[in-house]
Amino acid sequence: MSEDKLSPAGKKSSAPVMSGAEAVVRSLELLGVTDVFGLPGGAILPVYDPLMDSSKLRHILVRHEQGAGHAAEGYASATGKVGVCIATSGPGATNLVTAIADAYMDSVPMLAITGQVFSHLMGTDAFQEADIVGITMPITKHSILVTDAADVPGALAAAYEIASTGRPGPVLVDITKDAQQNEAPFVWPPVIDLPGYRPVTKAHGKQIQAAAELIAESKKPVFYVGGGIVRGRAAAELKTLVDKVGAPVVTTLMARGAFPDSHPYNLGMPGMHGTVPAVLALQEADLLITLGARFDDRVTGKAALFAPNAQVIHVDIDPAEIGKIRAAEVPIVGDLKDVLPELTAAFASEIGKKKLDITAWWNRLNALREEYPLGYSEPTDGLLSPQAIIKRIGELSGPEAIYAAGVGQHQMWAAQFIQYERPNAWLNSGGAGTMGYSVPAAMGAKVAEPQRTVWAIDGDGCFQMTNQELATCTINNIPIKVAIINNSSLGMVRQWQTLFYSGRYSNTDLNTGHDTVRIPDFVKLADAYGALGIRVTREDEIDAAIKLALETNDRPVVIDFVVSADAMVWPMVPQGVSNSYVQYARDHAPSWDEEE
Amino acid sequence: MSRHVLSLLVEDRPGTLTRVAGLFARRGFNIESLAVGHTEVDGLSRITAVVDVEDLPLEQVTKQLNKLVNVIKVVELDPSQSVQRDHLLIKVRVDRTTRSEVLEAVTLFRASVVDVAPDSLVIEVTGDTGKTEALIKLLEPYGIKEMAQSGLLAIGRGGKSITERVFKN
Ligand SMILES: Cc1cc2nc3c(=O)[nH]c(=O)nc-3n(C[C@H](O)[C@H](O)[C@H](O)COP(=O)(O)OP(=O)(O)OC[C@H]3O[C@@H](n4cnc5c(N)ncnc54)[C@H](O)[C@@H]3O)c2cc1C
Ligand SMILES: Cc1ncc(C[n+]2csc(CCOP(=O)(O)OP(=O)(O)O)c2C)c(N)n1
Repeated sequence: MSEDKLSPAGKKSSAPVMSGAEAVVRSLELLGVTDVFGLPGGAILPVYDPLMDSSKLRHILVRHEQGAGHAAEGYASATGKVGVCIATSGPGATNLVTAIADAYMDSVPMLAITGQVFSHLMGTDAFQEADIVGITMPITKHSILVTDAADVPGALAAAYEIASTGRPGPVLVDITKDAQQNEAPFVWPPVIDLPGYRPVTKAHGKQIQAAAELIAESKKPVFYVGGGIVRGRAAAELKTLVDKVGAPVVTTLMARGAFPDSHPYNLGMPGMHGTVPAVLALQEADLLITLGARFDDRVTGKAALFAPNAQVIHVDIDPAEIGKIRAAEVPIVGDLKDVLPELTAAFASEIGKKKLDITAWWNRLNALREEYPLGYSEPTDGLLSPQAIIKRIGELSGPEAIYAAGVGQHQMWAAQFIQYERPNAWLNSGGAGTMGYSVPAAMGAKVAEPQRTVWAIDGDGCFQMTNQELATCTINNIPIKVAIINNSSLGMVRQWQTLFYSGRYSNTDLNTGHDTVRIPDFVKLADAYGALGIRVTREDEIDAAIKLALETNDRPVVIDFVVSADAMVWPMVPQGVSNSYVQYARDHAPSWDEEE
Repeated sequence: MSRHVLSLLVEDRPGTLTRVAGLFARRGFNIESLAVGHTEVDGLSRITAVVDVEDLPLEQVTKQLNKLVNVIKVVELDPSQSVQRDHLLIKVRVDRTTRSEVLEAVTLFRASVVDVAPDSLVIEVTGDTGKTEALIKLLEPYGIKEMAQSGLLAIGRGGKSITERVFKN
């Protein structure tokens, strides 16, 4: 044990000699990794052998590598730690691609380790050879091919460093089989030589001062809060600043929970399915205080018409995000964790004993809140309301639980109708919109935070993409709870067909719900996986089922909530128009200040 | 559109050129020319890329290039503050009647003849893009059989160097 502890770099003579495969395991241990998700195969077999003996690394055998990737994401998003997944070469590696792309879009710190064919076979179309470094170049923060056993510790340490610092993201390390089999001195800590990697963290004092001045002068400021607050662990610093300024806050889909929903300044989510007050607050603002958000088109609508009268303060750790979509009057490149306290101090001294006078602004926003609260209408077909169910799950499980959503209508409702009070409680696939994210992400989150209740709020479509990980959950005692919001269709797509394709439902019927053949029968499927399966079709069964799920912790639970297929997500901004055209409900657009 | 010359100091590692070229392609940039080679520092290469693009997207692609872990530095070289050279090999058709005219052009352009055959000459020329283009135009009537052109090479004027600026901070 002691000989592998931190032998200083350079002293190669005292370094223990071991195989590259052992070095993989040892490096991960020394990096502090405790859990990895993966599935073995020929090209990664050497690593799996020493892995069996590690007492510090728990390896969870998934049923599909995509599951390993999303589990690593869920693990990372629930904790802020780096999530790790392992796959073999060729198809094993390509099965990780979707999860890697997802992690890239949502800035998730992730380390993906893949086996590669022998280095002398590379480039020969060898058995299970795929150029995974090449394939993933556009969707990784960085990638490293290792062909020499001696390079293993350095590559893994560098990958870990890159994944977890600056703007987090996925890093791939592809290790040839000979690099795993050959022996080399294990030097730790390795020298990490990354001359081209220098994430900026210290912001310009001058810009912070300029931002404080703009805020102090503003009449209609809005905090446009993004996922960077969550990734940057800056929720507390944000709250201090917001309380000091007293301005309204909107939290993007990626930032739900970054600022408490119960806080009176929180207007909710902006964007295509945002609340009317949040959408119009951005539209009518004279100042956007943009914190770790990236002006995604789902938030801005038609970007040229977004927040037309606003000046922009934009804080981001990634310089490339600033000015990418919207020019910023005050660009601040820096880590929110450091920038926010500085900004709070600068604002405090700028404003002095005065208070920001934004009463008129609040009056306008409060009127919007009153007139357009988030709501939904009960379905008219006698089937359950999906929104009501999701709301109840949130109420009965509370803010300490973790909620991982799939992609679609249920995702939007889970973002809207569950009250989030803390960062890292809400996990979802925002940038990529990857169906199938939910079950494995919930599994990863539960592994990271076993004491928390973890819900997968899933659609009947999404669930069918990755439900095989229920086997992983049951066998490894990872008791997640899955709520299938079963509308028997690819609901979000169906909603667009209702609205924009005159109700022609081309290929969106799934036949899983009410009055169908129910293929598959989710309760039977749950049963087959050793999970507790419950079907809910009546309103008076909802609470009991949720409570039973909350009480059941010896196995996963799957609740098949059979809901109406006609429920739609509102409000909605139709694609490609100004956000001022936000519709509160079908054919119901609120009035906005014409002269704004 | 306007023409910009970017000079990238990069780590000399497998895949670096792919990453750089891929990024240009992915973000919709057309590379007009590309030249890659070693620098005076071991392990560092220099890529000179000429792109045709407006200022705003150029800023975005520069920022994205800077995010590539193997890219150490990106600078734009202003034509007035830098020396920029194309390198060209041209095989021109000649016969007894045209040979001397072609040789005259070679002298005029301070180019040189590097291969001689009964019916052709290979001419080597170095210069800014205006000069090489002018020579091509001049030789065209004789019949250009073949041509190979390097990407533009560029280096800043004055005593400063791209590598020393990197290693100072
Ligand atoms: C079906 C569907 C519907 C959607 N509808 C909506 C919608 O209505 N509203 C909505 O908001 N979104 C919606 N989205 C999500 C949308 O696509 C984007 O993913 C999301 O808006 C981006 O969130 P963000 O701007 O917070 O940026 P993120 O993707 O969370 O990016 C985080 C930013 O913070 C920066 N950052 C990271 N760490 C730090 C740090 N330490 N310091 C400083 N900066 C840091 C990063 O560089 C990055 O720029 C929808 C997605 C789907 C799939
Ligand atoms: C992998 C993948 N394929 C296709 C899509 C397009 N898509 C977005 S939402 C959606 C429907 C999801 O259906 P379901 O899981 O039943 O959820 P619902 O919308 O009904 O709540 C589809 C097909 C996607 N986002 N991801």
